Amino acid sequence: MAEKILAVLEQREGSLKKVSFEAASVAVNIANQLGLSAEALVVGSEINNLSELSKFGISKLTHLRHEQLNNYSPTAYSDVIASYANENGAKVLIFPNTAMGVDLAPRVAVKLNSGIMMDCMKLEVKDNDIVATRPVYAGKALIDLKLKSEIKIFTIRPNVFKPQTVNSTSVDIEVRTVENPNLKTRVTAFKKSEGKLDVAEADIIVSGGRGMKGPENFHLIEELAEVLGAAVGASRAVVDAGWRQHREQVGQTGKTVSPSLYIACGISGAIQHLAGMSSSKYIVAINKDKDAPIFNVADYGIAGDVFEILPALTDEIKKLKS
Amino acid sequence: MKIAVCISQVPDTATRIKIGADHKSIDPSGVTFIINPYDEFAIEEALKIKEKIGGDSLVYVISVGDDSVKETLRKALAMGADEAILLKASNQKDSFGIAKALSEEIKNLGCELVFTGKQSVDFDSGITGQLIAEMLDYNCVSVVVEFKLDGNKIIAEREIEGGREIVETELPAVITAQKGLNEPRYASLKGIMAAKKKIILEKPAIDFNGFTEILNLHLPPSKQPGRILGTDKSAVPELVRLLREEAKVI
Ligand SMILES: Cc1cc2nc3c(=O)[nH]c(=O)nc-3n(C[C@H](O)[C@H](O)[C@H](O)COP(=O)(O)OP(=O)(O)OC[C@H]3O[C@@H](n4cnc5c(N)ncnc54)[C@H](O)[C@@H]3O)c2cc1C
Ligand SMILES: Nc1ncnc2c1ncn2[C@@H]1O[C@H](COP(=O)(O)O)[C@@H](O)[C@H]1O
Repeated sequence: MAEKILAVLEQREGSLKKVSFEAASVAVNIANQLGLSAEALVVGSEINNLSELSKFGISKLTHLRHEQLNNYSPTAYSDVIASYANENGAKVLIFPNTAMGVDLAPRVAVKLNSGIMMDCMKLEVKDNDIVATRPVYAGKALIDLKLKSEIKIFTIRPNVFKPQTVNSTSVDIEVRTVENPNLKTRVTAFKKSEGKLDVAEADIIVSGGRGMKGPENFHLIEELAEVLGAAVGASRAVVDAGWRQHREQVGQTGKTVSPSLYIACGISGAIQHLAGMSSSKYIVAINKDKDAPIFNVADYGIAGDVFEILPALTDEIKKLKS
Repeated sequence: MKIAVCISQVPDTATRIKIGADHKSIDPSGVTFIINPYDEFAIEEALKIKEKIGGDSLVYVISVGDDSVKETLRKALAMGADEAILLKASNQKDSFGIAKALSEEIKNLGCELVFTGKQSVDFDSGITGQLIAEMLDYNCVSVVVEFKLDGNKIIAEREIEGGREIVETELPAVITAQKGLNEPRYASLKGIMAAKKKIILEKPAIDFNGFTEILNLHLPPSKQPGRILGTDKSAVPELVRLLREEAKVI
């Protein structure tokens, strides 16, 4: 049996998430370098966009299917993924570092007795082995490491590995029905939060800090986010003040994010905030204090008043998009 | 019921990281260590449950680390934990090894309910609780912002992208605590005095080599300080042009 790299995909409400394609692409890339074959695995019920995988060079996908597995169940998912990996000679498993991936991957790791490295931002093949690079101390440092176990698990940070498309081939989809899933722990409902996009998944983030002066002014942030298709983020100062919710907090005790573009408005750039966002590809800072530390990490800055700049920026981008 | 809380100690979040001479760990000189922020929510929840169910419930705090962790354990005792256990290991940074040591001790103590933080803010893995659960064959709910225990039955809410999942399960279980779960109490003067007298039980952590081989710890590439394009809205068109043509992100 050929040794395999398995991308474990994530679906929500019957669709593969964007990060699933990133995981698939990473698996294909590493498999090519190690001379292994790459396959994908997904657990769920009805899933509508599986065929899109062919764009990323995955030739085989196994869909472990059961009606009750549309929602996540840590016990059932980890059971079926670990037995599949065992039976099919998976040597490397790639999971997305999402809420589900972080919950699921360590459980699979124990079942497979495999080493596990979370939140990788780079996976490189060197001397026929995988070297992972991941942020530690909330991004204040980076660490390169290897796993010494027979089977290895890596989770990848969303938005960092851009999926590479290849000349479309077809995906061979095999559906296997799961018998008697172990639902000892199961998700019974999902409460959607009113905000549109989550900072952990967004490609663009517009964040506001204490310089916004009050919750009533965050509509300026929301309007800019809207025209950019961005998520709204916040500093801890405004979360602690009750202006915004904790799920929007970026930083060492909030979310660490790596979007393509991060726009910080009225945020000073405290070390705990920088830790959470300094790996963003491009950073824009708007702050009326030209000496604010946020400018040390920003690619572009305007040292001015958010109340003047934000509406002008929103208008300018609207013009561009129309 | 016996309840375990696993706590770790981490550099103060305001610490500027300096790379150690071995290029594998940080230079600890001048670093202040604090209790991992999420672990305070874990302790608080354990104490709340103990108060709720009463009887002869006991809260154990357990940490894998060196002697310096005693201070952090003492803080947990001051908050109201009944007993503290230090599983001694000098340089254990491997989550698998830490979880093995913790789960062994939890099994010995017979704890049915275990709390951890959702993540320690040093290595930021966020997996120790799930590893323990799997090693002990316990149920697990991670990143929990709401927790209800009714007899054996657990209903918890966990934070995920774009909302919350409601999770149902039962004891024995491991719960990993996210901010928002509760408001951790401050230690009272009485608690602090009592904690001083308590004995911290020390034993060696079980030996486990772990699976990770650290190659190199390094600082992120330093960024060139950016360009300040102006001080008022006249800089906006140039900003948009750069984002579009140079950065190509919009
Ligand atoms: C244990 C711990 C964990 C922490 N974790 C986090 C975390 O996860 N995330 C986080 O963000 N913080 C965190 N912090 C807090 C952090 O230290 C800072 O206090 C916080 O980031 C400051 O938020 P701020 O930048 O919004 O506010 P401030 O520091 O008050 O900055 C406001 C900025 O707005 C500017 N400003 C004011 N008016 C205007 C205007 N009209 N136009 C333009 N600019 C204006 C000011 O020049 C100033 O730079 C943590 C702290 C601790 C101790
Ligand atoms: N050395 C340790 N000793 C005790 N508990 C720990 C240790 N390391 C991590 N934990 C617990 O596991 C949680 C998650 O840590 P981590 O998986 O390292 O992000 C922490 O919040 C602690 O509750």
